[in-house]
Amino acid sequence: MNKHFVGDTAVLLGRSLRHIARSPDTIITTAVTPIAMMLLFVYVLGGAIQAGSGRYVNYLLPGILIITIASGISYTAYRLFLDLQGGIFERFQSMPIARAAVLWAHVLTSVVANLISVVVVVLVAVAMGFRTGASVLNWLAVAGILVLFTLALTWIAVIPGLTARSVDGASAFAYPLIFLPFISSAFVPTASMPGPVRAFADNQPVTSIVNTIRDLFAQRPVGSGIWTALAWCAGILVLALLFAARTYRRRAS
Amino acid sequence: MLTAMSAIHVQGLEKSFKDLKVLRGVDVDVARGSIFALLGSNGAGKTTLVRILSTLLRADAGTARVDGFDVATQAADVRRSISLTGQFAAVDEILTGRENLVLVARLRHLKNAGAIADALLERFSLAEAGARRVATYSGGMRRRLDIAMSLIGDPPVVFLDEPTTGLDPQARLEVWQAVEELAEGGTTVLLTTQYLDEAEQLADRIAILHEGRIIVDGTLGELKKLLPPAKVEYVEKQPSLEDVFLSLVGARTDGGQR
Repeated sequence: MNKHFVGDTAVLLGRSLRHIARSPDTIITTAVTPIAMMLLFVYVLGGAIQAGSGRYVNYLLPGILIITIASGISYTAYRLFLDLQGGIFERFQSMPIARAAVLWAHVLTSVVANLISVVVVVLVAVAMGFRTGASVLNWLAVAGILVLFTLALTWIAVIPGLTARSVDGASAFAYPLIFLPFISSAFVPTASMPGPVRAFADNQPVTSIVNTIRDLFAQRPVGSGIWTALAWCAGILVLALLFAARTYRRRAS
Repeated sequence: MLTAMSAIHVQGLEKSFKDLKVLRGVDVDVARGSIFALLGSNGAGKTTLVRILSTLLRADAGTARVDGFDVATQAADVRRSISLTGQFAAVDEILTGRENLVLVARLRHLKNAGAIADALLERFSLAEAGARRVATYSGGMRRRLDIAMSLIGDPPVVFLDEPTTGLDPQARLEVWQAVEELAEGGTTVLLTTQYLDEAEQLADRIAILHEGRIIVDGTLGELKKLLPPAKVEYVEKQPSLEDVFLSLVGARTDGGQR
């Protein structure tokens, strides 16, 4: 690995974080839709949903956090696309820097921005009555899973960011990702779904991740579900990273 | 010319995109400290050549050495020796002018990034605008900042890809002046342009790239000799629109007329 990798990534991360600090609307818009969804489900639909004995907002929050991240990562594709369009990407590429630093800076920026959005959403949930007795360790575990999930999804976002021909194309890939939590245990228990739908819902990544976070918040033992969740995140991360790296190299041939 | 003496040495360079042959065996030799203009119409392959020389693109065949380093096998060394100013001002709009310069200085791993930035802002008459976001800059200011960013770390070879495309006449003169100062300082400049007067004004040597090959390469004098000697005609001398425009807006013309 290039000896300047860490230093170059830090410099470029500083640049991207400045972008976010100067247009905080990207964090606000990332948080607004999940918050609206949370309000809708808790105060409009929630009364009719049977999801265990506790408060529905306690049941709902993990899925809302997943939706927050799934919509937040499209900004990485957007920012990467703008760098490519503006020519600053080529400037970086023609300079004596670690080439991977250009992508890692965008990915780490996504982690920071999404964590801020997640904190905003959690605070709103608390105001709506979300309560947890989770220990510091539980919170750290939740944060760890969310960071891993963000990393995995952001590396997916890097691919359209590098290949898109328009701004719309760069962010359109996120829609299926936002839709995925609806066919999972995020809003209602999967037991209520008809056979084939339930089979899909039970075996897709969102359900295991959501269930694990829910257990951590409720201080229940997480069981083997956490390994399924981590395996999904790690698997997606590795695949997306490999594809993104290949796409990145192909640009220069 | 000896390879060791040249800042840029290109031999038999070929590049195709699918079935489209963009470069069909390009030979170029650029002496150190000179300004070399690559002329050609849109789509002639100028940008492709510059992208290969700045290690952004791999050639299919042929060799290219920049500052003595092979672009294919010693790309990292080449990147240390060059800077590229692409067709569109490669500046960060959200950062200020000074932050842009500091960013590049840090990425070139230089100490005193702040001092370097301030010196360049001064040199390119951007000191007052330094604390403003680049989004508020005019086209000419952006280009000047772009070129200033390219000079950080004093790379011995500078590529300018159509540096004045889309600029108003006044901004164009400012860029020309910056390029001349560069060459006076010993930097080798390879610039591409589709404006014939730009090549005429700036370049020590001019090459014309046409359909993927260099069809002529020489000094302006040599190129002019290719055509039959001028015949004398009596034509009423009208001021050009550019003369009128510049005299009305009161631009400096010292850099533009020689």
